[in-house]
Amino acid sequence: MTTSLLTTEVAKQINEHLPGAVVETTDAAILVNGNSLLDVADFFKNTAGLDFDYLTTITAVDYYQYFEVIYLFVSMEHNHSLVVKARCSRENPSLPSLVSLWRSADHQEREIYDLMGITFEGHPNMKRIVLWPEFQGHPLRKDYL
Amino acid sequence: MEVSSGREHLYSDTELDLLEGQVIEDLKAASQEPISDPDSWLDEELSQNVLLTRLDWIINWGRRSSMWPVICFPACCAFEFISVMGPRFDMGRFGMEVLRASPRQADLLITAGTLTWKMAPNVRRIYNQMAEPKWVIAMGACGISGGIFRSSYNVVPGYNRIVPVDVYVPGCPPRPEALLYGIQMLQKKIARRGNFANGGQP
Ligand code: SF4
Repeated sequence: MTTSLLTTEVAKQINEHLPGAVVETTDAAILVNGNSLLDVADFFKNTAGLDFDYLTTITAVDYYQYFEVIYLFVSMEHNHSLVVKARCSRENPSLPSLVSLWRSADHQEREIYDLMGITFEGHPNMKRIVLWPEFQGHPLRKDYL
Repeated sequence: MEVSSGREHLYSDTELDLLEGQVIEDLKAASQEPISDPDSWLDEELSQNVLLTRLDWIINWGRRSSMWPVICFPACCAFEFISVMGPRFDMGRFGMEVLRASPRQADLLITAGTLTWKMAPNVRRIYNQMAEPKWVIAMGACGISGGIFRSSYNVVPGYNRIVPVDVYVPGCPPRPEALLYGIQMLQKKIARRGNFANGGQP
């Protein structure tokens, strides 16, 4: 099994390199500032000892006031994993895209855009993937009827 | 005194060798001349046999006995369909073991699964590509009405919105026996079909 890294220790590392990026740390995950998500991801991928070479899962939750996007990073090299979350507001649902770092983000970000309506800035092909282009609304939002 | 084993048809190795030799000798002795063309010696009556039937019947018999399904398995019902194809339930008994990847070679569309609106144009296209005559079996609750996903934003509430359905097989998923029963219903339906205008009268 993949071991999950201690969130407090990784958060400490992030704070040293990118002060202000971490918003909150719980046992399960690190909540980072949406604006510094790309920097944090880059730090994860290119720091010796972390070496997150694989982004397995991206998913999103609608908490009414805001959306939360959840990323699961894995390092094949060290066999460890980490959950990172980022939030965006309902009024401006947008986060930086991670496609430039991990190609596996491509389809998953498109799916979140399609069903949850969050745009990922910098995604090379931000369009619907499950539904057809003319479809109205984003069905997995809590207010979709 | 010799005691019979009670198993006279079982021979010792030596006897078996002997008998085998005898069988071959007999066959060889009886096979000194070539056998002539069967047409020259088959019964005179047999060669003059006539089978009276209706053209409708023979056409329908041919059609219903060789229905080839096309691959259209969008969801979980497919697994039940696969077991119908397999040796345990063996759809081949009804002349339809040939699953065609090309709709051009198929007569039957079995809709084994939930259909989404995104997929619907492709199913319509598969149906249109099939050569006439063609039939459709709506398999499972999803095929009939959209099933448990009926009210979803992306599910077609029944294949009959997209293609004309001949037989409906209910269940979620239907048991293989149910699908076989549905296929037999379709075969009965085909048997009733008239293929000529005004009943084939000249
Ligand atoms: S009818 Fe049931 S088993 Fe068949 S596709 Fe629908 S949900 Fe799946």
